[in-house]
Amino acid sequence: MIPLLSVSDLSVGFGRTPQANEVVRGVSFELADGETLAIVGESGSGKSVTALSINRLVDFGGGRITGGAIKLKRADGGVLDLTAASEPQLTRIRGAEIGMIFQEPMTSLNPVLTIGTQIEESFRLHRGLTGRQATAAAKDALDRVRIPDAARRLKYTPNQLSGGMLQRVMIATALACNPRLLIADEPTTALDVTVQAQIMALLAELKRETGMSMIFITHDIGLVAGIADKIMVMQNGEGVEQGELNQILDQPQHPYTQHLLQDVPHFASGRATRSDGRRDKATDTEPALKVNDLVVRFPVKSGFFGRATGAVHAVDGVDFDLMQGETLAIVGESGSGKSTTARAVLGLVRSTRGSFSASVRKAAAGQSALPIQMVFQNPYASLNPRLTIESILAEPVIATGGRVDAATRAKMATLLKRVGLPENSLERYPHQFSGGQRQRLCIARALMLNPSVVVLDEAVSALDVSVQARVLELLVDLQREFGLAYLFISHDMAVVERIAHRIAVIYAGQIVEIGDAKSVLSAPKHAYTKKLIAAVPTIDRRREHFEVDTRQVPSLVRPLGFEPGPARWEQFGADHRVRVEA
Amino acid sequence: MTYLLRRLAVFPLVLIGVSIVVFVAIRMVPGDAITAMLGTEAGLLTPAQREALAAYFGIDQPWFVQYGRWLAGLLHGNLGISSTYGKPVLDVILERFPLTLELALLSMIIALVVGVPAGVFAATHNEKFSDLGVRVAAMIGQSTPNFVLALLIIYTLSAGFGVLPAMGEFSPLWQDPLRNLGQLILPAITLGFAFAASVTRVSRSAMLDVLSDDYVRTARSKGVSARGVIWRHALPNALIPVVTLSGIEFGYLLGGAVIVEQIYALPGLGRLVLDAILQRDYALVQGCVLFIAFNFMIVNLLVDLTYVALDPRIRLGEQ
Repeated sequence: MIPLLSVSDLSVGFGRTPQANEVVRGVSFELADGETLAIVGESGSGKSVTALSINRLVDFGGGRITGGAIKLKRADGGVLDLTAASEPQLTRIRGAEIGMIFQEPMTSLNPVLTIGTQIEESFRLHRGLTGRQATAAAKDALDRVRIPDAARRLKYTPNQLSGGMLQRVMIATALACNPRLLIADEPTTALDVTVQAQIMALLAELKRETGMSMIFITHDIGLVAGIADKIMVMQNGEGVEQGELNQILDQPQHPYTQHLLQDVPHFASGRATRSDGRRDKATDTEPALKVNDLVVRFPVKSGFFGRATGAVHAVDGVDFDLMQGETLAIVGESGSGKSTTARAVLGLVRSTRGSFSASVRKAAAGQSALPIQMVFQNPYASLNPRLTIESILAEPVIATGGRVDAATRAKMATLLKRVGLPENSLERYPHQFSGGQRQRLCIARALMLNPSVVVLDEAVSALDVSVQARVLELLVDLQREFGLAYLFISHDMAVVERIAHRIAVIYAGQIVEIGDAKSVLSAPKHAYTKKLIAAVPTIDRRREHFEVDTRQVPSLVRPLGFEPGPARWEQFGADHRVRVEA
Repeated sequence: MTYLLRRLAVFPLVLIGVSIVVFVAIRMVPGDAITAMLGTEAGLLTPAQREALAAYFGIDQPWFVQYGRWLAGLLHGNLGISSTYGKPVLDVILERFPLTLELALLSMIIALVVGVPAGVFAATHNEKFSDLGVRVAAMIGQSTPNFVLALLIIYTLSAGFGVLPAMGEFSPLWQDPLRNLGQLILPAITLGFAFAASVTRVSRSAMLDVLSDDYVRTARSKGVSARGVIWRHALPNALIPVVTLSGIEFGYLLGGAVIVEQIYALPGLGRLVLDAILQRDYALVQGCVLFIAFNFMIVNLLVDLTYVALDPRIRLGEQ
């Protein structure tokens, strides 16, 4: 029996001397008809390059296959070595025999063409369909990925659809001509967790329907438990371990696989929450941050004079308090208002209503102390590339009217050492640091002014999983040492579980459930929290069947003057409240 | 639609602003209309005669009174009488405008027809010898002053082939299209050359950006051919900066091209404005500037509407 795909000793290099710059070295694997292989690894492991080598898209990114063979069994039974195939041959294979979907559905579809045109293109290229036939085929393709109202949606351009919908469109396009192999390169990484669950469910269903094979690339070993037959773990361009799903997950042999399974945050339904700093003991102290009925609305304007005709209720009556030394995680999906809440607390967006107070800790001598500081999501974009680390760290001091004196320099040195960066960092520039190091820099910058509250907006989301674990450890250590209060904004339940004492679940601008982390994660009460937690992939949930659900998030645009009714809360246990839905 | 109305509502405000600036600026230039009109004979005028003349042209009043009168005339569609031509300003402008418009259009067509394919070619042959060739040519094109180019063209034609560009009385397009084209083609090439060079550079860099975008990779993964990727998927996304550039250049060209008009002896808007300034023909300068500003706004509006047609993500008037 010839396998559908057989990759042997594949090496891929980049640049003028590809042999010297190999990013994939000696990778081999086989894939049978109908089988799913998951390739797991962190950024730079060569997993995407391996995938892109199969349909030779790697050529367009400046890559060169420097050795090995990729043998594809064709529809007619013949075998073709793709490393030696000509570009016209490859053009006929791409889309027809090998389909591919990518990480960012928002940018992976052509923004100026309607989605109908883009799906039809596949049928035109490989099936020779034109006009009405092509349109009908495109509609069927959309129906197949469970997009409601397909005929109308064909005329939409990508900007009119949500990320989850666009990924469905991508899948429809990739599967249009029934390829026997689908390569999925991190297809759910850019999506919300409930949407991710939907896409995974859809892929599993389509796989059953069509009997196609799949190569699924991901950084999240927990995610593949539900879909893969085999796993290959990659590190630094080499396949370090491969085998059957259960074998890899239960008896990992290679140290790196063990590290991925054990040290990296995986969701454990509340079993891995922190045990320090529980709220029940000292609640008589003043909270570090208290937020009361926070409302943020953005006007929707229309008409000749641009009058407000409605408002986007981004945050609608949010209350919480945050004690010294405590982490409150605000979790929710994109558009739920969690980042707007953080920005409003910092004064980066103006709140429509509501009050918040932050207690100012006693400042160290000669230093002004701002009570609240922030660490942003993307360490690559939130450090000015033209400033040295010294200037970056001096900035908050200067901005608050301080002077860069010996004390400030001493503080810089201490903080750099404390966040684990080399001493000679001060005269270097941000681009000389890795993503994890840059996030450490951002943390050091936030601590320059002795804040009592640090707002961390998706602060570890852009980092690789093992880097994530280390930055989380650092955050916990710093919290204990300086008694910091964290407002931790995140969509990632596994990360939240590691750092939060309390969790607030936010949906459509309102907190629907708030309380002790263990209690919220292990016994969620609100329907939305349940749905959210059920969608989190874990290693324990193997081959779990998800129902495909195409419900959309409700619109947050309300007519002018609309006020939501007062919230009613139901109390569960000492510190766990759930909003009662009308 | 509301957007269009709102945009058009701003037009009068901009025009009033522009006209005030011009009105004041030209009166700050030393020299006066009467001296400019009569030349050395102006010295023979008695002060009384001079005053009478000034009163006749209305230039004895303070500038804001003059401006008020002029504005009142404008509201009746009357831009005033040109003192050099003795005709209504609007008539003088409209006489010259067809030539300028045609020249600008021709130059733009040449620029786009040459520049876009050249830019696409260079982008798809990135870092190869042919890319370098296109880039060097574009650099030369951009840095050659157009009077040098114009003289080179005339010299080559006359010395090399014994042909002279068609000069003499200008014949409008609707009277003698062939003769008209013969008169305009060389000036259009002269102006279009640098324009094409800019278009090449902009479309090259825009294409390079777009070719590394995710959706281009998607198109390739679907099995779209190299040609399909370039013309169907990449180019429409790369056109926005080209449209921006073309709009600005076209707007400038509508204001006339003084040097090229002078060299090819064409009666265009550029020379009209220059002469009007030299002659202190206040009414004509004001009228021309107003007209040019109006054209610029129309072009800008067209550019914005083109954006919408090119890219569905751009919605006008949203805040």
